[in-house]
Amino acid sequence: MPDEAVIDQHTTPERIDDVVIRFAGDSGDGMQLAGTQFTASSALFGNDLATLPNFPAEIRAPQGTIGGVSSFQVHIADWDILTPGDSPDCLVAMNPAALKANVHDLVKGGLLIVNTDAFEERNFAKAGYDTNPLEDGSLDAYQVIGAPMEELTKEAVKDSGVKGRATLRSKNFFALGLMSWIYTRPLDPVYEWVTKKFGEGSAVANANISALKAGYNYGITVEALHHTYEIAPAALPPGEYTNVVGNVATAWGLIAASEKAKLPLFLGSYPITPASTILEELARHRNFGVKTFQAEDEIAGIGSALGAAFAGRLAVTSTSGPGLALKSETLSLALAMELPLIVIDIQRGGPSTGLPTKVEQSDLLFAMYGRHGESPLPIVSTSAPSDAFDAAFEAARIAVKYMTPVILLTDGYIATSSEPWNLPDIDALPDISRPFASIENGDSFLPYLRDEETLSRPWAIPGQPGLEHRLGGLEKDSLTGNVSYDPDNHETMTKVRQRKIAGIANDIPDVEVHGGGTGLLVLGWGSTYGAIRTAVNRVRAAGREVAHAHLRHLNPFPKNLGDVLSRYETVLVPEINTGQLTRLIHAEFLIPTVGYNRVQGLPMKARDVEGKIHELLDEGAST
Amino acid sequence: MTDTARYERSDFQTDQEVRWCPGCGDYTILASVQTYLASLDIDREKHVFVSGIGCSSRFPYYMNTYGMHTVHGRAPAIATGVATANPDLTVWVITGDGDGLSIGGNHLIHALRRNVNLNIILFNNQIYGLTKGQYSPTSEVGKTTKTSPMGTIDRPFNPVSLALGAEASFVARSLDMDRDHTIAMLKAMHENEGAGLLEIYQNCNVFNDKAFADLTDKGTRDQNRIWMEPGKPITFGKDNEYGVQLDSAGARVVEVADVGLHNIHVHNPAATNPAAAFALSRISHGPYGPTPLGIFRDVEAQSYGRALEQQIAAAQQTRGPGDLEKLVRSRGTWMVPSA
Repeated sequence: MPDEAVIDQHTTPERIDDVVIRFAGDSGDGMQLAGTQFTASSALFGNDLATLPNFPAEIRAPQGTIGGVSSFQVHIADWDILTPGDSPDCLVAMNPAALKANVHDLVKGGLLIVNTDAFEERNFAKAGYDTNPLEDGSLDAYQVIGAPMEELTKEAVKDSGVKGRATLRSKNFFALGLMSWIYTRPLDPVYEWVTKKFGEGSAVANANISALKAGYNYGITVEALHHTYEIAPAALPPGEYTNVVGNVATAWGLIAASEKAKLPLFLGSYPITPASTILEELARHRNFGVKTFQAEDEIAGIGSALGAAFAGRLAVTSTSGPGLALKSETLSLALAMELPLIVIDIQRGGPSTGLPTKVEQSDLLFAMYGRHGESPLPIVSTSAPSDAFDAAFEAARIAVKYMTPVILLTDGYIATSSEPWNLPDIDALPDISRPFASIENGDSFLPYLRDEETLSRPWAIPGQPGLEHRLGGLEKDSLTGNVSYDPDNHETMTKVRQRKIAGIANDIPDVEVHGGGTGLLVLGWGSTYGAIRTAVNRVRAAGREVAHAHLRHLNPFPKNLGDVLSRYETVLVPEINTGQLTRLIHAEFLIPTVGYNRVQGLPMKARDVEGKIHELLDEGAST
Repeated sequence: MTDTARYERSDFQTDQEVRWCPGCGDYTILASVQTYLASLDIDREKHVFVSGIGCSSRFPYYMNTYGMHTVHGRAPAIATGVATANPDLTVWVITGDGDGLSIGGNHLIHALRRNVNLNIILFNNQIYGLTKGQYSPTSEVGKTTKTSPMGTIDRPFNPVSLALGAEASFVARSLDMDRDHTIAMLKAMHENEGAGLLEIYQNCNVFNDKAFADLTDKGTRDQNRIWMEPGKPITFGKDNEYGVQLDSAGARVVEVADVGLHNIHVHNPAATNPAAAFALSRISHGPYGPTPLGIFRDVEAQSYGRALEQQIAAAQQTRGPGDLEKLVRSRGTWMVPSA
């Protein structure tokens, strides 16, 4: 460790463009909290940022083991970034297991902050170390800074009122304080949060603030740290920003849609990782007239939502893959009844319980085809936390306008990560309301008499006199909605259901292409957006031509997609699955594509996509 | 019904041909429901009928109200959405022993325990009719059917016991052919604010004819129908010679002469504790021998839909109506100025 000079605490910090920091510890160590607070301070400071929480499915896996390691990565920058970063420049490791699970990602020469109190014999064995990694030379490639965080935290909080083992709980705030000093983050936002969360003057608030200050002062005091850094506010497009987590933005988008559709919001949902926070967020907003219903199971989640849709509400159900499977039968009923319904699938690693807390894009074909009978429905996807609000709003717009269930695909990465979001002009959001059905006196109500343009049927709701009607899962007459077993009628209805969904292509924007050329196009959807755009920009900055197109609408596709794809010699499709969009593209356009497929439960990395792009460009150059 | 009734029974009939088998008990129940609704001063458009799958679940197509014929077993869940979204509606659930107790058992018990403002009519014919004669979760042990050629070894549910176990605020039982009693039960269930379950013994004359013969045949019915009336000792038989006695061992049938009328249980369906009602429900484990009919439980309790509306009103009272501009700024914001 360097010990050249006693540090002048007033030395001007080194200005850097960006940094990727990972907080890692036991799942009980409070690393998600430390990371979230570090992020919040950075956001309010005006940096651009992107986060990546990564935690085990177990609430408390065995302490000190690799399986119990929880981490939170944040990328902060003074420029417009799109990903949480591929490799951390700085790693905080609260114990040997956290070190072992993460150090291989740390860039060579990177800063490694360790809690030395946890580096003891017992923990080495649990983490699978034969020797003390702090002493055996295995970390020579990094700048290691050790701090006895537990001892110092205990000492710092001794007058707070917190006693016994509970004193150790504040050690994440010690780590946060130390990191705040190294990266010149303001402490005020943390004070405010702690005071609000635990109550001003409470023992826990006192302990956390004392530990935070102790960590900060430790940075000032010890000689080991000879350097601090600062990252200037980012030159983002002008506007008002907040740091938003994907699932929260999704929930807010639904509330906005409810206002602009002039329909009270109803969410029927069953808790499932990583979708539960949508239910939790909406449950907090009863004053918007939002009704949340925690159902007895996934089927009742969608069932109650379908009932609410019949009653004239903006109805939503939220889930993840296994839950979508359970909802499939009722989804087909919603489709047959032609009622508006938004089904949110936060994709996670599958099949079965799979990787509940990890990301995957493997439900695309399930969303497309996972129903019995001929049952097309629109699919909308979200590309980033800051995009989730708009995506949810768009799903609602289509559902209401076309009287159809819509699947909104997001994923576990978008759900839990955060980034700055340029707040929309609420007043400028479009009106997406539709009038309920009405009939002239004397006419009889025809529930399946369609609008000529959209092919949507009229929506009449209980309480409207004269429009009493019955909907059901049995095939319906194409006008009256009465049960019909007529062969021609079934064919008519099957085809009109197809045409209605296909026609939505006339009502969605063309896919935009970023970059030019005719050689290579990278086509993506969902949360790979940041990695692909970053990779494409890096390759272009290196002087090579490559373009990026990203899909919001996966069914139907934008009308220009076939033309766009056919303009390029090669189409690269990176996905966190084994090639699901690839199959849809093949089926729809008969255009060959090259897949880049990773299924590790991790977000797509910009570095990997960049490598693949160079590889394809090199191949193109050599042929 | 009064002379000033707004509706005729025909106002609740649709132009759809009723397609149950001739002689099916469902016809009588349909007539009872239509007759009851016509007697009410409730707008026709405020009634919603929600059903699952099965013979009885075709019911909504024959009611000139709003209706949904849905997914097998899921009617209570879907109806929960209707009733919770708009508590001003009168929501009826039509289900059967297979639909409500087998594939949909979970939704049924949860709708009941939440006290959703639903009126659930369970048509119990102790057989699968629509799929042509397999045993159901209420078929008696040993029943020979297409799927139980050697007799069933499944023990049946007692739907009333099940509903009481879920603490439904209203539980009753009736017989399809007794229209007056059915209508009285429908009325009592409707007037109860929360979740109600009315089990109706419904004869399937094709696949399970005379399943309820003990309660319907002239020769046996008087000694087997235990009519329960609130506030009265529970006695039955041609000359009220039998009665029900209740103690820590449960409820049992006795001869009134043996124990004296003062030892006969006085029925109180409004009791908060459902224990006595449960004991009464155990007198018979199906429509065999003396079987209680009428209201088992009828207690006042706020419905789920109303409770949720109250929370919304309270939230708006304390926090003001929702403001989206404030919401998106609720986690702190910063400005990026124009360059």
